[in-house]
Amino acid sequence: MTGRDGMVESLIYTKPVSLTERATHYCPGCTHGISHRLVAEVIDEMGRRETTIGVAPVGCSVFAYDYFNMDFAEAAHGRAPAMATGLKRVSPDRLVFTYQGDGDLASIGAAEILHAAGRGENITVIFINNAIYGMTGGQMAPTTLPGQKTTSTPSGRDIEMHGFPLKMCEILSQMDGAAYIVRRSLHDVAHIRKAKKAIRQAFEVQEQGIGFSMVELLSSCPTNWGISAQEALTWVEEHMVPAFPLGDYKVHASINAGKKG
Amino acid sequence: MGKELLKGNIAFAEAAIRAGCEAYFGYPITPQTEALEHMSRRMPELGRVFLQAESEIAAINMVYGAACAGVRVMTSSSSPGVSLMMEGLSYIAGSEVPVVLVNIMRGGPGLGNIAPSQGDYNQIVKGGGHGDYKPIVLAPATIQELIDLTFEAFDLAEKYRTIVVVLADGSIGQMMEPAELPPMQPVRAFDGRPEWALTGAVDRTPNVVSSIYIDPVEEEIFNLKLVEKQKQIEAEQVRSHKLWMDDAEIAVIAFGTAGRIAQTAVRDARSQGLNVGLLRPISLYPYPYDSVREVAEQVQRILVVEMNGGQMLDDVRLAVEGRVGVDFYGRMGGVVPLPDEVYEQIQKTYAQRANGR
Repeated sequence: MTGRDGMVESLIYTKPVSLTERATHYCPGCTHGISHRLVAEVIDEMGRRETTIGVAPVGCSVFAYDYFNMDFAEAAHGRAPAMATGLKRVSPDRLVFTYQGDGDLASIGAAEILHAAGRGENITVIFINNAIYGMTGGQMAPTTLPGQKTTSTPSGRDIEMHGFPLKMCEILSQMDGAAYIVRRSLHDVAHIRKAKKAIRQAFEVQEQGIGFSMVELLSSCPTNWGISAQEALTWVEEHMVPAFPLGDYKVHASINAGKKG
Repeated sequence: MGKELLKGNIAFAEAAIRAGCEAYFGYPITPQTEALEHMSRRMPELGRVFLQAESEIAAINMVYGAACAGVRVMTSSSSPGVSLMMEGLSYIAGSEVPVVLVNIMRGGPGLGNIAPSQGDYNQIVKGGGHGDYKPIVLAPATIQELIDLTFEAFDLAEKYRTIVVVLADGSIGQMMEPAELPPMQPVRAFDGRPEWALTGAVDRTPNVVSSIYIDPVEEEIFNLKLVEKQKQIEAEQVRSHKLWMDDAEIAVIAFGTAGRIAQTAVRDARSQGLNVGLLRPISLYPYPYDSVREVAEQVQRILVVEMNGGQMLDDVRLAVEGRVGVDFYGRMGGVVPLPDEVYEQIQKTYAQRANGR
């Protein structure tokens, strides 16, 4: 392709077909856009856009179905794993995934995610952990760090009063039914690339019928953290990663066995 | 097929299977658990989906998911469990997917007990969950009617894309009587799922099933659509059973098990020369207001009998509009009235029939 100045251009970066043309409603600097794109790229690469059904949560990503170019359901708060269970059980050859925030998954939906993992429900969960309630304006989440200021912990999360954050990868990795439970971060390019590989692995686990898969993505919320987009990414690296260590918490034996080389 | 001796809970579960129910999600709760147990055995042997959920909250959301996929799906529960389902039912109503629910009511409020009750009338008939919606509510009085209404419920749910609740009580769930099951219907093929269903966007634009309309004007338009649908349901699906009304000077109005007990009492009263008739509403939504009104124009006084504190009573009064006096007799908390008690009340109402309101 020839550009305006006569230079030859080659197209190296396009929008995944699995994303729509809808302009984002997410705040500047929010990492939801990155998560959406990674999921969409993986579904594109697997050739599964037409045979994937997503389930959106309640939270900032309640409108995820506006961005994903595929069949989508919008669940009640926290119930996405149950809804996905219903969808998957009657359409077992479809890829079914939920996209859930920390309030949705780890607080109001704690029972649903625990039992979906326990059953080894053959679904994939994309878990966005930004340690705060975004949509309602920055209240304490089940993953809010000790000492972290939110609009409902104005002096910082006091562990004497509010207890400790829930670490969902650590918890769910104890489930016999869980096949692939990993935590990644979106705070820089290298980590984003690792996150994409994990998302691909999680969907492949489902495609192969191995069991429940979840990728937790440490994410930023500059608006409700009250800092700039760049500071927010640094905050993820400096505060969230130590509290929520990255890594593979559960990898089913048959996944490693299938690895090349 | 012929009649066989069937327990209510097993009868409605099997009727659902015969109607082509492809998936059942539930949670054990007395007095409906035999339905879940029957499904746990029958659904897998037919290659269909059975799943015992971790809670009624999860069960109704699994139902919601399967309904979004366009299959015939149901759950069943009893009063406290149905309370837990109210969130999901509101979402289901808000996204217009067809779902069948059987509520085998028990005594309440709270944990209450496991005895028969009609205490959930207001909760179920008036909507139950948040927002403006009404499910179709059908109230059987016999095992045969329980079978027939459950079987038909799947057609109605799909015809109107609505929730259909079969509202019965612990006595209907637990008792056995001879009844005939319908022939087996096949489940729908994957390719035959509705065009709105979430089946994967193969060669079409994506489908979204959602109950969110962030713009109030759009939400109102959706609500008005539900209202229009309700008008259609009200025009097409009103059901009631009238007995001995031709010469009736007073009428007893009762639904479900209370209607069946009242029928025995009314029969006894007629054998003693009292001109009493019976109206038994079968559809509680849409409610047979016109039939109640006709009754009120004919008789001198009405007796409402319920196994609650007087919940359908409000709907009777709405239809009667003060034309005649309305007496009420109710037993609550899981106590089932005896025909003799109702007979005594009939005598009282009959004696006061000339005394106006």
